[in-house]
Amino acid sequence: MIFDSQTPLKVSIAATLASLVLVLVVFELIRSRRLQERYALLWLLTGMVLVVLSAWRGGLNTIAAWLGVRGYPPAVLFAVGLLFVILVLLHYSTVISRLSDQNVVLAQRLALLEERLARARDDR
Amino acid sequence: MSAELRRIAVVPAFNEDKNIARVVAELKEHDPGIDVVVVSDGSIDRTYEVARAAGARVLRLPFNLGIGGAVQTGFRYAWENGYDLAVRCDGDGQHIPAELPKVIAPVVAGDADIAIGSRFVSGGGYRSSATRRVGIRLLALAVSAIARQRVTDATSGFQALNRRALELFAADYPHDYPEVEGMVMTIKHRLRLVEVPVDMREREHGRSSITALRSIYYMVKVLIALFVGLFRRTVVPLGEA
Repeated sequence: MIFDSQTPLKVSIAATLASLVLVLVVFELIRSRRLQERYALLWLLTGMVLVVLSAWRGGLNTIAAWLGVRGYPPAVLFAVGLLFVILVLLHYSTVISRLSDQNVVLAQRLALLEERLARARDDR
Repeated sequence: MSAELRRIAVVPAFNEDKNIARVVAELKEHDPGIDVVVVSDGSIDRTYEVARAAGARVLRLPFNLGIGGAVQTGFRYAWENGYDLAVRCDGDGQHIPAELPKVIAPVVAGDADIAIGSRFVSGGGYRSSATRRVGIRLLALAVSAIARQRVTDATSGFQALNRRALELFAADYPHDYPEVEGMVMTIKHRLRLVEVPVDMREREHGRSSITALRSIYYMVKVLIALFVGLFRRTVVPLGEA
């Protein structure tokens, strides 16, 4: 008979603390207006999911068993964390793409305006 | 040549103060009625001053956008200032102003919405490295297959556009290597595209912006763009011509 392995208490405490720090840092960044809410949502979600999974050992053990993770349930924490980091990065790539598109339009409009200004000055 | 069409040459230039004056002068020499707008793409040399002194209008981009962004600036200028025809002619001396009448002829005659100077339609005598020729041919084949229209040179930037084509490119134009995608976009928007044989030069001053590593990036980027483009709808609604 196979016993599903359990999450060690120390690991659970350390992971919970680390996740709480993440949530608090994100919260502080929003509070001091260094991070806009729209870009903080994914981070907050990441932090809270990790807090719950870290603190709730029974839940983590059960999910690990569902996923077929036999040896070491906290591995699920890594997987979940990694998944969210990938999501955040992908989100940022779309944000950068949009910003650079907008940047191009601004540069073009500026060039068109400057030319019009130069021509108006020449005509005077 | 039909004097009633308002024509403008769009000349993208990145640090071309050695070439640009001659390009501007030759364009005006071969088509006296044409206006010339140079797009200085974040140049840090005297391109702006030299081009203005040569009698061109100059759009000065505050930083380098790459060829697509630069050319689109010129197309937007042409569109917003009511030009009937715009022809792109690169400022590095590769495109020969003497060939300009050939490139604009089909658009002037109303036979095409966009006319592209091809190095490979019989009549052109372009020499280039074998690998580059193979790459250009492969892209032409890919475009031919996607567009269901035979093209021989999908990477030529020497092209003339009427207002319909200008409307499309002013609204939506690929950023860094625009020719291949631009070709597919025109055909997907049911614009009439023709190729005309032209001769092109090798560069005289400076180095081409396409080096070995970049050409790999170029092929990969363009192929991804083509493939993804297959799943994209035509986005720009064009007015009736």
